[in-house]
This record gives sequence, C-alpha cells and structure tokens, in this order.
Amino acid sequence: MLSDWLYIAIFMGVSAFLPAVAIGMAGLLSPHKPDPIKNSTYECGIETVGDSRVQFKVQYYVFGLVFLVFDVETVFLYPWAVAYNKLALWGVAEAVLFVIILLGGLIYAWRKGALEWV
Amino acid sequence: MGFLHFLSDPITFLANWLQGLLLGVGIPAGIVQFILFVIGAGALATAAMMFVIFLIWLERKAIARLQDRLGPNRVGPWGIFQTIPDMIKIFTKEFITPTGADIIPYNLAPILAVAGVLMVWSVIPLAISVVGMNLNVGVLYIIAVGSLGELGIIMAGFGSNNKFALLGGFRAVALLVSYEVPMVISLLVPVMLAGSMGMTDIAQAQNVWYIWLTPAAALIFLITSIAENGRAPFDLTEADSEIVAGFNIEYSGLKFGMFYVADFLHSFTIAMVFSVLFLGGWRGPGAEQIPILGFIYLMIKAGLIEFLIIWIRGSLPRFRIDQMMDVNWKVLTPLSLSIVVVTAVLDKLIPVEQTVFRIFAFLVVNLAVLLITGWLIEVFKTRRPRPVVSKTQRPVARPENVAANSNSGD
Amino acid sequence: MTVLQIIFLLAAAITLGSAVMVVSSRRMMHVALWLVLTLFGVAILFALLEIRFFVVVQVLIYIGAIAILIIFAVMLTRHSLEDVGPHFNRGWWIAILACFATFSGLVAVLSSWSKFQTIIRTIPAGGEDILSLGKAFIDPAGYVIPFEVASVLLLAALIGAIFVASERKEGKR
Repeated sequence: MLSDWLYIAIFMGVSAFLPAVAIGMAGLLSPHKPDPIKNSTYECGIETVGDSRVQFKVQYYVFGLVFLVFDVETVFLYPWAVAYNKLALWGVAEAVLFVIILLGGLIYAWRKGALEWV
Repeated sequence: MGFLHFLSDPITFLANWLQGLLLGVGIPAGIVQFILFVIGAGALATAAMMFVIFLIWLERKAIARLQDRLGPNRVGPWGIFQTIPDMIKIFTKEFITPTGADIIPYNLAPILAVAGVLMVWSVIPLAISVVGMNLNVGVLYIIAVGSLGELGIIMAGFGSNNKFALLGGFRAVALLVSYEVPMVISLLVPVMLAGSMGMTDIAQAQNVWYIWLTPAAALIFLITSIAENGRAPFDLTEADSEIVAGFNIEYSGLKFGMFYVADFLHSFTIAMVFSVLFLGGWRGPGAEQIPILGFIYLMIKAGLIEFLIIWIRGSLPRFRIDQMMDVNWKVLTPLSLSIVVVTAVLDKLIPVEQTVFRIFAFLVVNLAVLLITGWLIEVFKTRRPRPVVSKTQRPVARPENVAANSNSGD
Repeated sequence: MTVLQIIFLLAAAITLGSAVMVVSSRRMMHVALWLVLTLFGVAILFALLEIRFFVVVQVLIYIGAIAILIIFAVMLTRHSLEDVGPHFNRGWWIAILACFATFSGLVAVLSSWSKFQTIIRTIPAGGEDILSLGKAFIDPAGYVIPFEVASVLLLAALIGAIFVASERKEGKR
C-alpha cells in the first residue's frame, strides 16, 4: 500500500535528479560568457517590439474547458469499467445513458462552433 | 543449475541475493526495503536514459533509409556510436539565459519534461516477476504523469520572456490537452476487458491479445499517443517554418538536449505502453516459466511499434492546427465514445467461453464501426467542402501587375 | 514520531506554505504555479490515506486540467500581470488579531465536541476497493442517481461555459 507510493516517490526523485545532475554537469563543462546581445530574446533576428505579452485567443480557454468536462466524465467511467465484468446488462445501460448525455453536450459544442480553431 | 537459474530471472535473483546480504549484515527490514527501492529505481531510470542513445541512432538510420539516404555511417560500424560525439557536443554548449527570464520555471521546465516521461517506466511490467511497482491504478497514473509534462511546456513557454515561446507553448498545450480526451476514453476499453486498472493485471489477463478484440481502440490510442508526443505528423508546435521552434526557442545546450531526450524517450515509452496494453506485454510461449524470455518478447513487440511510429514520421506530411483539432474533436472523440459503448454492450451479449466466435464478432463489429466512421467522414466532406486554394489564379509577381494593382492598398 | 507522521507534517507544510504563496505572490504566473504545488500537496495527503485512485484523479484533473485552465484564464486578462502597490494597509495588526481569535474559537469549539478524541479506524488491509466503487455507481440502492445527475451537471456546465464564451466572442466583434 504505502510502499507503492514510496517507490513512486523515490522514482520521482530519481527522475528529477538525473536530468538535474546532467544539466549541472553541462553547466560546469560549458563556457559562460554572457553578453547583452547574446542574452537578448529572439525575435527573428531584429530588436524586440513591445513587451512580451501576446493577445490571447479565447479559443484556447474553450478547448481547455471542453477537455475538463470530458476528463471528469471519463474519470467517472473508470470505476464502472473496473467493475464491468461483474455487472449485468442494465448496469451497462446506465453507463451508456451517462455517455449519451455527454455526447449530446459534444454535439451542442460542435453546432455552436466552440470546436473551431478560429 | 544455479547459473541457469540466474540466467532465467536475473533481476529477481540479484534482488533476493542483495536483500539476503543486507539483512545478514543486520540492517532493519524497512531500511533494506528502502535501499532496494532506491537501487531499483536508480537502475531503471538510468537504463532508460542510456537507452535513448540507441534510440536516437535507430531513428536517424530509419528516417534516413526511408528518405533514400544513408544516415550516420562513419562513427563505428553502421554509425552506432554517432550519438556519443553528439552528446559530448551538446554537453559543452553554453547556457544562454535570455534577459528577463523567470529563473525557476525556466530551469525547471526541461527537468519536468524528462521526469514526466521517465516516471511512466515505474509501472510497466517488464516480465512476469519484474515490475517497478504494481500500482493498481497504473493506467490513470500514466496519463496523470503526462499532464506533468504539459506543465513543463507551459513553464518553458512563459519562463522564456519571449512572445514566440509563449504563443508556441500555449498552442502546444492546447493541442496536447485536446488529444488527451480520446486517449483517456480509448483506454477505458482494455480496463473494461481486464477488469482492473493495473498494468500487470492487464498484461496478465490477455489470453487473447486485446488488439484482436479492439483494434479500433488500439488505433485511437496509437494516433493520440503520437499526437501527445508531438512528433510528425503532429509536430506543428515545433515546426521551424511555422513558429520558429515553439516553446524551446530560448533553450540552448543540454537544456534543449533534455527536451530532445524527452521526445525520443516518449516515443519508446508509447511503444512499451501499447505493447503492454494491447499486444500482451511479456506474454509469449514459455514466458511464465522463464521470465527473461518475457522481457525479450516485450522488447521485440515494443521495437516493432517503435518502427511503426518512425515509419509514420517519415512518411506523412505535417497537419495544420485546425485540421488536427477537427480530427480530434469531431472524429476521434465520438469514435472513441462509441467504441466504448459498442464494446460494453457486445461483451455482455457474447459469453466468454466461445473464444473464437468472440474474437470474430469483436473484429467484425470494430471493422463495422471504423467503416461507418469513414463513410460519415466522406458524407460530411461533401457537405462542407474546403476551399481549394491551389486552383485560383493569382497574378504573377511582375512589375506590370504591381502597377495595375497599385490602387488596391499597399 | 513515526515516519508516517513526519511525512504527513511535511505534506501539510507544503500545502499550507504554497497556499500562502498563492495569495501573496505578485506575479500571476507564479500564483498559478504555487497553486499547482498546493494541489500536489493535497495529492500527497490522499496518498497517505491509501486511496490510490483519488491520488491519480487529483493529479490528472486538478493539475492536468484545472490548473492549466486557470493559467489560460490568467493569460486572458488584459491588465498587467504584476500586482503593484503595497500588500498591507495600516490596520494589519487588527487582521492578525481577528484571524487568531477565529482560529482559537474554532479549536475550542471542536475540542469540546465529544467525538474529537475518537481513535480513527484502521484502513482495511488491501487498501481501497475500486470494484465496490464501480458497483456502487450502478446499484439502484447505491449511487446511481448521483451518477446520472453528475452527467447532467457536467452537461449544464459545458453548455453554460460555451454560451458565456461565445457571447464574449460576439461582443468582441
């Protein structure tokens, strides 16, 4: 039980430690000559214009939102899927109802044009 | 006899021997467990990262052959050692930190990107007795760890203090986040058939490989995983001609190398996860008695899928971002939901005992669903034709045409 | 002090510390990242309670969807992403006094509750049981009505959010 998570925690530590050590080693091996022109941010080779904040499209947010709703739906379906082998057909029908309600939501989003990348 | 016993199951043999040694010295059992975990995790993570060296060479050779050229062939036989000088070069490049960069997110992003891929290896069953940890929610764990990688991309995007990096980062994350939906839904199918979310349980339950039972779910999982990886044909986020290398513009030296390593390691991780979930993992003739055979089978299957992924990369042109989003939300999501519904209903109607009939029925139904989807796509295509840009006549760029259009704005 | 208690105190410190940083950071993106750390701390607390399913669901949904959505929403704001001006006003000591009084009041009321000192039941061996959770979702004597109502709720959330977002798109044009 808890030993599961201990292993995962150790693995997390190791998998964060290895790249960090590699980058640290490279930091020691590589030259370090900062220069104001080298350090300026890249904008196709010319000087930067304006501060670095872009006009954000609301489309990104809508995609994230639709993803969130479908993700929560799928998380609801996972315990059902684990118990699937022990259920009767009416158990399956209830989950199918769940899926159909949310498929209706997807069709609504489709018709409203929320899934277009403008 | 002892040597044969070691050869058939080296990892368990070594683990038991080490455990006996440490317990014999007198260290308490909890600490011994901890030390064994640390050694095991360290060995697995290091082996995975060292394997990337071989993977990069394999990919370069395969892509080269697909493009009718030789690929690396100077450094060592068939150019095997080519990656090592490349590694040495990238280790010695200077880290150029852009002015105004946010130090902690900027430096943490490559580490998160690699960690997000490496942590998947802890739940993959390598043989019947060799697995990092048999987590009983392994399938969801793999997707949760993928979302940590996406966080790394966001941090790279805004930590670089660069408009292109920011835009590229957000576009990349919007893409990755959208493609997670069909992936998570299509992973419901192996979980349904096996009755558990644990990777070892799914590998163990595959008396019949799941690719015969749900080829459609396997196909959806493969497509969405390639999109999650961000490689061709879904590599819009790092296309040089589109957005100048996207979120990793301002990274140089080994920090960029880490993103690169994460990319290649991710493709092999996809191959391993696909093999475990759909191709039976370590299952094969004799794998239960001799665990090392199971490991070899898994490597062969993962190698085949990796070759398939490289083949797809070398053959297909890049998709446009609106095409990618359309395919995801309008084709893959409804398709994966209907596969779940169809498989759920079908599995309850056919009893488990009639194996051959069951496989046949599943295959036929999956094929029918895929064909219906293809037909529906054709119907929708004729209903809403895309503008054909290549056939419009455009004036050639000559001075006389410019003078003719000079009053229509500059 | 068992190891479990030390890990619990560490996870609680991470959660509370990053929650304080969420409220008091000046740059919006840093706020979002501290929020991610807070949610991760909550996931560690779930892991200590041995409910593996909810640990991965917490990381998958909260960090993988909601935190990313919050970051997108932060980028949508048109104002400057820095918080300028002082964080404290002249009456800050009254605020600290009020917080302390509320906290002591809560602790006093709770500790006078009869059940405050009950020993927690030990978690059954084998940990949690996703199978029973799945069966309970379907069982008419179980949670099937909340299960179906949840889908309707998600549908309502989806429709409402798309409606609000598209109205803004019309408004911009």
